[in-house]
Amino acid sequence: MSKRLDTKARIDRGRPLTFHWDGRTLPGYAGDTLASALMANNQRVVGRSFKYHRPRGIMSAGVEESGALVTLGDGNRRDPNVRATTQELYQGLVARGQNAWPNVRFDLGGAANLFSRFFAAGFYYKTFMGLPPFEWGRGTGYWMTYEKLIRRAAGMGEATRLPDPDIYDHVHGFCDLLVVGSGPAGVAAARLAAQAGLDVILIEQDFELGGSTLNRAEQATVDLSDTSVRVLTRTTAFGLYDNGVAGLLQRVTDHLSRPPPDQPRQRFWTVRATQTILATGALERSLAFGHNDLPGIMTISAARCYLNRFAVLAGQEITIATCNDSAYGAAVELAQAGAQVRVLESRTLAPQQLSQRALEAGIEIETNTAPLLARGGKSVEQIEVARGDGTAWRAGGVRACDLLLVSGGWSPVVNLQSHRGATPVWSRENACFLPGESDGSLHMAGSAAGIWGTDACVRSGEAAAAAAARTLGRTAPNVDAPRPGGWHHPIQAIYEIRVPGRRLKSFVDFQHDVTSDDVRLAKREGFVSVEHLKRYTTLGMATDQGKMGNIIGLALMAEALGKDIPEVGTTRFRPPYTPISLGALTGRNKARHFRAVRRTPMHDWNRAKNCTMTDAGLWRRPWYAARGEETLQQAYIREATTVRQAVGLCDVTSLGKIAVQGPDATEFLNRIYSNPFAKLAVGKARYGIMLRDDGLVMDDGTTWRLADTDYFMTTTTANAAKVLVWLEELLQLRWPDLKVHVTSVTDQWAACAVAGPKSRQVLEACFENAADVSDDSCPFMGVLQGHLKNGIPCRIARISFSGERAYEIYVPSDYGPALMDLLWAAAEPLAGCLYGLEALGTLRIEKGHVTGAELDGRVTIEDAGLGKMAAKNKSFIGSALRNRPALNDENRPRLVGIFPKDRAETFNGGSILCRPQTLSGHGEGWITGVTHSPTLGHWIGIGFIAGGHHPWSGKTVIAADPLRKGNIEVEIVSPQMVDPEGTRHYG
Amino acid sequence: MIRIPCPFCGERDHSEFTYGGDGSITYPPLGASAKQWHDAVFQRRNIRGLQTETWHHVFGCRAWLRVERDTRTHEIKSVRAAHPGGQRALDKTP
Ligand SMILES: [Zn+2]
Repeated sequence: MSKRLDTKARIDRGRPLTFHWDGRTLPGYAGDTLASALMANNQRVVGRSFKYHRPRGIMSAGVEESGALVTLGDGNRRDPNVRATTQELYQGLVARGQNAWPNVRFDLGGAANLFSRFFAAGFYYKTFMGLPPFEWGRGTGYWMTYEKLIRRAAGMGEATRLPDPDIYDHVHGFCDLLVVGSGPAGVAAARLAAQAGLDVILIEQDFELGGSTLNRAEQATVDLSDTSVRVLTRTTAFGLYDNGVAGLLQRVTDHLSRPPPDQPRQRFWTVRATQTILATGALERSLAFGHNDLPGIMTISAARCYLNRFAVLAGQEITIATCNDSAYGAAVELAQAGAQVRVLESRTLAPQQLSQRALEAGIEIETNTAPLLARGGKSVEQIEVARGDGTAWRAGGVRACDLLLVSGGWSPVVNLQSHRGATPVWSRENACFLPGESDGSLHMAGSAAGIWGTDACVRSGEAAAAAAARTLGRTAPNVDAPRPGGWHHPIQAIYEIRVPGRRLKSFVDFQHDVTSDDVRLAKREGFVSVEHLKRYTTLGMATDQGKMGNIIGLALMAEALGKDIPEVGTTRFRPPYTPISLGALTGRNKARHFRAVRRTPMHDWNRAKNCTMTDAGLWRRPWYAARGEETLQQAYIREATTVRQAVGLCDVTSLGKIAVQGPDATEFLNRIYSNPFAKLAVGKARYGIMLRDDGLVMDDGTTWRLADTDYFMTTTTANAAKVLVWLEELLQLRWPDLKVHVTSVTDQWAACAVAGPKSRQVLEACFENAADVSDDSCPFMGVLQGHLKNGIPCRIARISFSGERAYEIYVPSDYGPALMDLLWAAAEPLAGCLYGLEALGTLRIEKGHVTGAELDGRVTIEDAGLGKMAAKNKSFIGSALRNRPALNDENRPRLVGIFPKDRAETFNGGSILCRPQTLSGHGEGWITGVTHSPTLGHWIGIGFIAGGHHPWSGKTVIAADPLRKGNIEVEIVSPQMVDPEGTRHYG
Repeated sequence: MIRIPCPFCGERDHSEFTYGGDGSITYPPLGASAKQWHDAVFQRRNIRGLQTETWHHVFGCRAWLRVERDTRTHEIKSVRAAHPGGQRALDKTP
C-alpha cells in the first residue's frame, strides 16, 4: 500500500485541501498533484485501458504518463484524458476514472480482456475492411454499423458537450533566447545568457522550477528573480517551428478552485526567439514483461519523486528492476523511508560502490535477474523473475512485493528538436536516441543531450548559452560542452524479458494496449517500416505519443528483423508535445469574432427601412426589403418588377473601388483589360473584362476616366482584394517602368444604384439644378462629378447592371445615409422601392449578365458570351494564351438561358444539364442561377451548356438534381432572356 | 512559421504575406508567342534547395518582394524589393 509520510517535502502542510475522486472526498495538500494525492490515499486503480479495459494505475510522475488519465471537472468544464501526474491539486477538485462502467475498480467492460486475442493489431481492419467473407465494400458497410458500438466500448473519456465557459488568449512574444526547461541545465543556461545581456524567456511545464532536482532528497529552491530572465511556469513548449518560432501553452487558471473571471483559462503563445535552448531532460523508459501494466508498477524515478517531493511512499515491499545505475540512489532513499527494498539487477555485476551503499541500507540485490511476469488482481502482489546468463532468460522463482519499480534506461526528450526536422541518432553506448544535427539557432543541453551527471548538465547549459550569446554578437565565457554519457558503469539495455514457451501479455504502449506480440505480428504481416508499424498497431499514437514505450517497440521490431535499432530508425515527432485544448487554438476567434464583419455606411439606414441583410463575403448586404407580410419570394419579385416599371435603389457600396492614377494609367489599363481603353474620353466610363495570364476571365467591372491621369475602377465585391493585389504585382514586378499608383478606395466611397425608367427623375430631384443630370450632361456611359443638394459631393456614372436606365452614385462614405435620405425622398413619390441582392440577381439573370457564380475561374471570355469584348488589334494580359486550341473549341460550355419546358415548373441552381437519354456522368452543362422572372412570368435559369444555345434549340434537356428536386425538362435559350436588343437602358 | 525580413518593415511572420510564385521568371512581352507565354506561365522547376520566390507584404507595406528561400530548411537567404526603384531607395538609405 502507499501512504503519506511525515518527512520534509515540497507540499505545503499548512494548506490542507479536500478533493473528490469518483464520488469520494479525500484529503491532500497544496503542492500535491492529483496523482500524489491519490497515492497518499492509497488509490491504486485510477483508470481502465483503451481496448481491453485492464486496470491502470499511476506509472510515472510527469507528462509521459500512460495510465493515470482521468476526467477532470464537471458540467461545462468537464475535461477528459487529463494526466493526474501533472494536474495540480486544488480545493474542491473533482475527478473521476474514465473508460469504465460502473467505475474503474469494477468495470464490466473488463470482459473485453477475456477476448483479447481477438483484438490483436489490425483486428478492426481485418474484420471489417476487406478480408473474406467481407469483400471490399461490404466490409466497409459492416464497419459503419458496428463502429458506434465499438467506439462506445473502446475509447477514452468524454468531453463536455456544453459550450466552453472560459476565455483563451493568444499572446505574442519575442526574445533573444528561449530556454525550455528549468532543470540544472536550463537554469544555468538562462543565468549565463542573461549575464551576457540577452533577453531571455525561460519556460517550465511544471508549477515549480527545478526539473529533476525537485525529486531529490536534498531540496533546493530555484530562484531567478535576481536576473532579468522572464520566467513562465505551468507553460509547455508544445511545438517548435521554422525560423525560431515556438508554440507555448500557458495554463493560467487550471490550478485554481475558482478561476478569476478576468483571467483567461490558458494563453496560447507564439514566441519568436532568435536562439533556442532545449533543456527538456530525459524520460525513464519502461520494460516489457508479462502484465507489466498492473497497477503498482511504475518507473523508479517516479517513486523517487513521490517520496522526496510529495512525501508519499508508494509501497512497503518494493522490488526495483534496473539495467542501469540510476536505480541505486532511489533504492537507498526508499529503504531509508522505511520500505523493504529488493533490487533486480539485469547486469552480471552490480556497480560496486552503489551496491555497497545499498547493502548497507539493508537492500537485497540479485544480479542477472529481471521481472518476467507480474501477478496480482487489481494490483501487483508477486513477481515471477527470470534469471539470465547473458544470452537468454529462464524462469527463476517468485518474489512478493506490493510495488515494482522499473527502469529500461533513459530517453532524452528530443521531441521538440524533431519538430524542427532533426533526425535523432542512436547511441549504443547510452542505449538511447541522442539529438541529431540542428542549425545554429537551436541548442540542446543537459540530459536532453544525453548528459547524465548534474555538474555536467550545468556546464552543458552554460556552453549552450555561451554559444547562443556569441551567435548574437555578445561576449561570453568559454565553456567546454561535455560529451553525452556519464554512466559510471555501462548501461546494458534490455527491452523485453521473455522465456521460451511462455505466452505473456507484455505491453509496449500502455495507453493504446499495444503488446510486444502485436509488434511481432506486424512484422510477420509485412509492416516492417517504423511508420507502418506505428499506423498498423497504433503504437505511440495515443495522447502520450508513446513517451514511455516507443523505443521498446522499435527495439522489438529491430530484434524481429535481426537488425540494429539505427537501421530500423524512428518516427518523426509531431507537435503537440503534450495535448493542447481546442479552446486555446481558437482563442478569441469565435462567435462574432470568428471573422470580421463589414457593414456599409448605409447599414443602419437599410435596417431602418426593413431590409433583411445577407452575407456577401465579409460584407453584410441588403437581401430584400419586405413590405408587410411578404415572403422573400414575394418581396424580390415585387422589387424587380418595380425596377423594370418605375425605379429602385440598391446599396452597392461593397463593390471594390480602386483609384488608378499616374501619367501611364491609360497605358496600364489598356494592357490589363481585354477591350480597348486607350481612347476612353475624360468623363466617360467603360465596362471592362480582365483576364488572367492563362487567358481565362479574372474579373469584370467599370472604369471611369475622371481626368487625364485619374481613373476610378470598380471591381466585383468578391474580387476587390484579389484585383488590387494583381495590379500591384503587375506594377511592381512586371512593368516597374510604368508610372502608375493604385490605391484601394473601397472604404472611402459609399455607393447606391438607382435603376429603372424613372431613375433620371429621381436624380433630377437630388440636384439643385435638374439640367445637371440631363441626358446631354450624363449620357449612357457618361460620368458626372459635382454636388447633390445640401452640398453632398458625388461622382455618378450612367451604367446599368439591371438592363434598365440606371445610375451608380458614389459619395464620400460619411454622406452615405444623407445620400439615401435624398434619394428615397425622391424615389418614394414615384412608387419606387429599395431592392436587394435577390432582386439584383433576378434582373441580371433576365439580362444574362454574369457574376462570380459564372466567372468561376474556368470560363473564357467567349464562354461568358462576351467574345466581342476581346480586342483584336492590341495585346493584353491573357491575349496570347486565350488562343490555345482547347479554349476555342466550339463545344466548350457556353453561357445560356434556361426555361422550364412546362412554364409552371421550377428547377434548382446547381442542377446538371443532361441529354434525356444520358442521365449520368458530368452531363452537358450546369445551372448557376435560377430566379422567377416577373417580366416573363415564369422561372428562368442561367448556366452553361456545351456549344451554347444554338445547337440545343428545340431540343429537350434534363435539369438533373437527383438529391433534391429530381429531373425537370428544360429548354435552352439565349442568355439575353429579356430585352435582347438592349434598348431599355436608353429608356 | 517562416519569418520574412521585409526590407521596409522588418522581420515579420509569413502570415502577413501572401506567396506569389516563381521569382526567377521573366514574363515575355504581351505580344510574344503563345509558346513563350506557355513556358512563362506553366513551366516550373521543382527545386530542392535555394529558390527565388515572390512574396507580397499584403498585411504590411504592400510591397512585392523577391525572396531567396531554401526549400529544404525554409531558411531565407535574401529579400529584396521587387520594384527596382524601391530597391534603389533602400540601397541609398544608410
Ligand atoms: Zn513590408
